[in-house]
Amino acid sequence: MLDIQSVHFSIGSKKILQDISVQFHPGEFNMILGPNGSGKSSLMKLFSGEKESYQGKISYDGIPLQQRKWKELAMRRAVMSQQPDLHFPLTVEEVVMMGRYPHFSFAPGKKDIQICTDVLRQMKLDDFAGRNYLTLSGGEKQRVQFARVLAQIWEPPASGNRYLFLDEPLNSLDINYQQEFLQSARELLGKKTVLIAVMHDINLAAQYGDRLFFLREGRLVAQGPPSAILNATLIEDIFRVKVAVIENPLTKIPVMIYP
Amino acid sequence: MLKHNKLFFPVLIIMLLLTLLAAIAWGAVRISPAEMGSALLHFLQGRKPATLHEGVFLQLRLPRVLLTAVTGAILAVSGVLMQGLFRNPIVEPGLTGTSAGAAFGASFIFVMAPKMSPVLKSATGPLLVPLFAFAGGLLATWIVYALSKSAGKVSIMSLLLLGIAVNAIGLSGTGFMSYIARDPQARSITFWSLGTFSGASWLQVSIVGMIAILVFLLSFRYAKELNALLLGEEEAAYLGVDAERLKSRIMILNTAMVAVATAFVGVISFMGLIVPHILRLLIGSDNKRLLPASMILGAVLLTLADMGARLLLAPAEMPIGIITSLVGAPIFILLLSKYNLLNQKGGGHA
Repeated sequence: MLDIQSVHFSIGSKKILQDISVQFHPGEFNMILGPNGSGKSSLMKLFSGEKESYQGKISYDGIPLQQRKWKELAMRRAVMSQQPDLHFPLTVEEVVMMGRYPHFSFAPGKKDIQICTDVLRQMKLDDFAGRNYLTLSGGEKQRVQFARVLAQIWEPPASGNRYLFLDEPLNSLDINYQQEFLQSARELLGKKTVLIAVMHDINLAAQYGDRLFFLREGRLVAQGPPSAILNATLIEDIFRVKVAVIENPLTKIPVMIYP
Repeated sequence: MLKHNKLFFPVLIIMLLLTLLAAIAWGAVRISPAEMGSALLHFLQGRKPATLHEGVFLQLRLPRVLLTAVTGAILAVSGVLMQGLFRNPIVEPGLTGTSAGAAFGASFIFVMAPKMSPVLKSATGPLLVPLFAFAGGLLATWIVYALSKSAGKVSIMSLLLLGIAVNAIGLSGTGFMSYIARDPQARSITFWSLGTFSGASWLQVSIVGMIAILVFLLSFRYAKELNALLLGEEEAAYLGVDAERLKSRIMILNTAMVAVATAFVGVISFMGLIVPHILRLLIGSDNKRLLPASMILGAVLLTLADMGARLLLAPAEMPIGIITSLVGAPIFILLLSKYNLLNQKGGGHA
């Protein structure tokens, strides 16, 4: 479990996050939502361990973040940030292998190579293995980066959970891959995984998420399963747009539409 | 792409051996393989060289070729390290002020040496200029590094900007020194700022060689972390890399080897840029292959350039920096245009 207790974070005099207390449980797809500048990405950076200058407590499986060794943390926690800008020619295989870096010291072992192959196959990237990453389209790059973070935590650790954090993972994907992406992320949940994504699309978040977390102006203002908390008042309150929330006749999940 | 070609490294090594042999053989005097053999034999037996040619081979040609090869390897490896650190394929080893600082240190001592006490001069002997150049390179890089640090973190952007500023200061300092210098000194400064191996000695070979071996071994250890850094500092950190520690280590390694090499042979441009670039086109950017390959190709190309410096205007000698820039820059332009063309076709390196 990822446990966040009364976390405050500011940059200079600007308060970015205020008094956030929240638990993210394994086996559930957690979706963080909120308007631009509400602190979603900052929150993710805090619990990823990237920023250290916060007040409050963050712990993984009961062990505070500060007490975890940085290198060991990388073996159970992977983060997919908004698309990294890579300017050097590397093959897709080499980029995915980077996910295994925390697991070997100089040369990849048999297991690392096997995992790379498995991940490429799962992401339907087998044919891309030898391609130059720089020549891929935005969506293809996104899938390669997802394959990289999957490779990083492919095997559940001996004890405790593995953690996968996705920061707006759907940015350059078309609707087909968006669905496929969220589906393959969901499939990880069976094996002791704490899964958290920062999302923009409320409908996709409701469709694939088990719990939604809404941030507004640095505060957590609502959380719960989509069917329990999604309603027009909440969305209007947070995003300041008029919406109607109806039930999707196919999935029985709430869907937000614009009048 | 040659990347998965198992012959790549053997071919590169054979190229290196052939180049070294050719560079040793050709020069103001031709040295035959038989003479090389007998000279080495005499040396191992502890006897004096039997002929003038053997003497030239042992005392002049061999140290010069070795110093050139090691320097070429240093500049190319440094290019890979700096390009990885700045995540920018067009960065040169001297970017953080090392070579400009060294050039200023050297020109300073060229001008001041006649006014110095003979005691100090004789104490340092042939190391006088290298010592000042080394100190200048170190000082300039230290200023860049220290100023780019805020709240314990080194910002790559300020490193780059401060590097440009300190380079400009070093350059104008060197310009001022050659302005106030008298004629022979001014000529020394010019020659030094364009690089030359004419003064190569075994002492230099052993100092530069030892630093090079040490730095190469250490930098290969960082190959994996440097790869991760290509994704960006944040992503590298998520892969368990201590980015701050990595940055300072790379800076230290790079400064040590570039300052030492520059101190002895002067400023040689373009090697650190062009060698990694050629190799990225051939084998990609994985530093585990790129570092050793750059080491070898850097040695090959600088040795060839020095042959040119010795032979083109023989019996006179050109500064090697003229050749590396004059030949290197057009090749670089050619590669760039070809590379862009490939990218437009979408074929790239596949």
